[in-house]
Amino acid sequence: MTQSRPYLRIDNLWKNFGDFVALQDISLSIDEGEFICFLGPSGCGKTTLLRAIAGLDLQTSGRVEQAGQNISTLPPSERDFGIVFQSYALFPNLTITRNIAYGLENEGRSKPAIAARVTELLELVGLPDQGDKYPAQLSGGQQQRIALARAIATDPGLLLLDEPLSALDAKVRVFLRHEVKELQRKLGITTVMVTHDQEEALSMADRIVVMNHGTIEQVGTPLEIYRDPASLFVADFIGEMNQITGRVGTRGTVTIGGRTLTCAHHEFTKGTDVIVAIRPENIVPHEDAGGKPVNSFEVSITEMEFLGTYWRAQLKGASHVDQPLTTNFSINAVRRMGLKTGRSLTIELPPESLRVFPAQGQS
Amino acid sequence: MASVADIPRPFVKPKLGRDDWTQRAFMGVIALYLVVALALPLYAMLSKSFSTYRFDLTGYEVQVSTPEGVFEAPAQSLEALNAEQEVFDAPALSTGSGGRLGLTKLFPDFSFRSPVMYRFRNTSDTSVYLANSERHKGQEWASYTSNEFRRLVIRPQKDIGFSNFKTYFSTPALFRSIQNSMLIAAISTVITVTLAFWFAYALARSCMRFKGLFRAVAMLPILVPSLLPGIALIYLFGNQGMLREFLLGNSIYGPIGIVIGSVFFTFPHAMIIISTALSISDARLYEAAVSLKASRWKTFWTVTIPGARYGLFSASFVVFNLVITDFGLPKVIGGQFNMLAVDIYKQVIGQQNFEMGAVVSVVLLVPAILAFGIDRQVQKKQVALLSARSVVFEPKVNRLFDRIFLGYATLVSIFLVGIIAVCQYAALIKFWPYNLSLSLKNYNFDLMDGGGWGAYQNSLILAILTAIIGTVVVFLGAYMVEKTKGFEKGRAMFQMLAMLPMAVPGMVLGLAYIFFFNNPANPLNFIYGTMIILVVSTVTHFYTVSHLTAVTALKQMDVEFESVSSSLKQPFYKLFRQVTVPVSMPAILNISIYLFVNAMTTVSAVVFLYSTDTKLASVAVLNMDDAGDIAPAAAMGMMIFYTNAAARVIHALASQRILRRSEAWRKSG
Repeated sequence: MTQSRPYLRIDNLWKNFGDFVALQDISLSIDEGEFICFLGPSGCGKTTLLRAIAGLDLQTSGRVEQAGQNISTLPPSERDFGIVFQSYALFPNLTITRNIAYGLENEGRSKPAIAARVTELLELVGLPDQGDKYPAQLSGGQQQRIALARAIATDPGLLLLDEPLSALDAKVRVFLRHEVKELQRKLGITTVMVTHDQEEALSMADRIVVMNHGTIEQVGTPLEIYRDPASLFVADFIGEMNQITGRVGTRGTVTIGGRTLTCAHHEFTKGTDVIVAIRPENIVPHEDAGGKPVNSFEVSITEMEFLGTYWRAQLKGASHVDQPLTTNFSINAVRRMGLKTGRSLTIELPPESLRVFPAQGQS
Repeated sequence: MASVADIPRPFVKPKLGRDDWTQRAFMGVIALYLVVALALPLYAMLSKSFSTYRFDLTGYEVQVSTPEGVFEAPAQSLEALNAEQEVFDAPALSTGSGGRLGLTKLFPDFSFRSPVMYRFRNTSDTSVYLANSERHKGQEWASYTSNEFRRLVIRPQKDIGFSNFKTYFSTPALFRSIQNSMLIAAISTVITVTLAFWFAYALARSCMRFKGLFRAVAMLPILVPSLLPGIALIYLFGNQGMLREFLLGNSIYGPIGIVIGSVFFTFPHAMIIISTALSISDARLYEAAVSLKASRWKTFWTVTIPGARYGLFSASFVVFNLVITDFGLPKVIGGQFNMLAVDIYKQVIGQQNFEMGAVVSVVLLVPAILAFGIDRQVQKKQVALLSARSVVFEPKVNRLFDRIFLGYATLVSIFLVGIIAVCQYAALIKFWPYNLSLSLKNYNFDLMDGGGWGAYQNSLILAILTAIIGTVVVFLGAYMVEKTKGFEKGRAMFQMLAMLPMAVPGMVLGLAYIFFFNNPANPLNFIYGTMIILVVSTVTHFYTVSHLTAVTALKQMDVEFESVSSSLKQPFYKLFRQVTVPVSMPAILNISIYLFVNAMTTVSAVVFLYSTDTKLASVAVLNMDDAGDIAPAAAMGMMIFYTNAAARVIHALASQRILRRSEAWRKSG
């Protein structure tokens, strides 16, 4: 997939609003048929980037190329994309059929051809009998599917989704995630989706572009992003991370409050202040300290919270680790080991699960 | 953090699509309309107020012959001659743009039968004189017989300066009007806002009966010209008035009449604004007050008043502005009491002193723009209040409280309906107070001065044209400002221009139109004296409120409609036709009825602009009243009332039909 020539190429894109730099030297390649998510907190520039690709808000400088053609300065009407907004933007006074047919008119299609295409699209999004209704008579999820049908009606080369599921109820959202992904796979249409919901990005995207402060922090598959975050920001924004401050010791170890942690490969020199990060689910509880695995600690449980499928626990180290850790214990483990608030136990921080980042304020 | 300076050049320049060009062309046309119909006339008026005209005697030379026709005596400048004879002092030499000065007074023994000849010439290139009704420029000598010299006049030189303003402020009769206008406006504001507040409060916070009826009655004054209450007051309290004794010897002609009439015609404006402010108060605050066991009185001062304060401010400024800029009412009932707006009329129509009219206009612009500016600031804050999520207040039944308010609302309604009823009565009786039998003879307008039924017809045409053309221009303009992309500076400028008419009093606008359009050098001069200039001035005069209505409606629409449409490669006008206009239809109807009603009732701008072919009903009311035909004036005023009432009924029916037809897609479950 990565060998093929990119369908969408963004080179050195900058965008400012007055004195505020919203996008800072963004370069990115997207392959044909890929499902890409722009993920980041609000104000990170993800929507700005999407709107630059669409030509709705032109970048200040830089180049956008689609299917080998330079589209940097073209107005939206001369580009080849369909778009779905968070608000759906369905025309309230037109029926569902006329909403979907909106882009098909003026294209030299015959009336029966348009009607046939609308029927086909309604079936594709699973709402075959709703054509005569008005948008306000449909539920939010249904409206969003109509917006999707309208966006793909003219077979655009690129589908842009701007937080399409954010306005929906949690359950409908999860259901539509699957639907949209399925539809995209079926049509093979190159898709860019903007979202601030990491779960949505992880479950839908082929690749995720994590953005912060107008720059790209990391581009990668969901697994890469989750397992091997390129920065502390990515680590913290996607999933959860325990952060422990320390200093690099000899042979790649990191000292934390007098204790030494063995870490996987990193490139920091001795004496650098660093942050060691580990995901809660990667902390391994041990019933007894027998066998003494590397990086094992004595901790006590200060708080336990039942979250349905697992327990969330706050751990406090004995004298040597004064920084609290958050971990998830399976229901089984809790029952088997009789874990409860106040109990002490041994935990292991497996070296391959530890990520080392420069301490905040250093780069 | 990167800064803007880091962004590498070259910056991307958008390639404009066909839509962009069409939109810019449209916006250009409408912006041009506002420039021509507003900015340029105002500029012409401003420059007029600073233009002074003086006869410059140093610019001319004269030589007098002996009775035999021999020129022996040396040529003498007029300046030297005047110094010798002391005929013209400085005030006599200052004049207006049309000034002409005859010279015979400079020659004590002048006789037009005398055989003495005169040689005359300009000594500067800017001097001009008229002889035998011909313009003479240039410095050649010309000879005139005594009879010809009798009709020789010199023309003044134009200069720029403050001397008009100096004259204005050194004429007590003129500048006392400032004080009068401010005082009347302030008193009317306090009374109107107080009355309107309790009325709105009764509607919003009590459970009194007949609320719908009271709401309708409160809107009645909008349907009649502002001078109509003046006529009613003459019938009630005038020299032969029905209730004259109630004034205890005071005259209704003057401040008392102006204030009562102003309260009448500004009441609905204040009521609407305060009602809106009261309706957005949060019910949860009242629940909190009740749970804290606060008394009704304390709740009123700690919750109601603070919540409505922006509305009260806004209503005050609007009423102040309406009163200080109104012309019709003080003209009818002001008597000898001078107000600024009437001064403009008197200077221009009465004394043909256009420069002084311009000066008074500038003076009137100052408080009007000030009140407008403060109101805009206050309204910005009110918007912030509106966006907060609040719970609608539902009043609870309290019999005593409700009865008090029912009584109050009834009293106010009697005042409002009474004024109109008196006018109707005045229109129908034969000859007050001697013959009280009813007849329709007062409606026989063709027998009176003022324009007859033709004037009514003209008003109807003006109102219909204003409603149609105005709605199209305003809505397109608002659409361009609100829904197009790019061209930010142009749009901001347009928005500013669109707000300006609200601050410009009608009299000022009308006078500005004279200066701008009556200039023969203006290629648009041909519209002067036609229906076109009346339509243009009326649309412009009422532009701001219409524009704001349109902008509000457009703001409620999803901002992404345009993006979706262009991504589907459809031209913007398709979206405009199929979605924007149908969805905004209620607002569009509101704009057109607003323009219609105001075009029927307005006097101020058009009073300077109508011609014999385009006399208007509202102006006819004014002129018939001026001529002493008060009963026919009342009858014509009632014709305007019937027409506006009918227009409102049609508007209500049309709105209802549209809402019913769009029920399926507007806010259904």
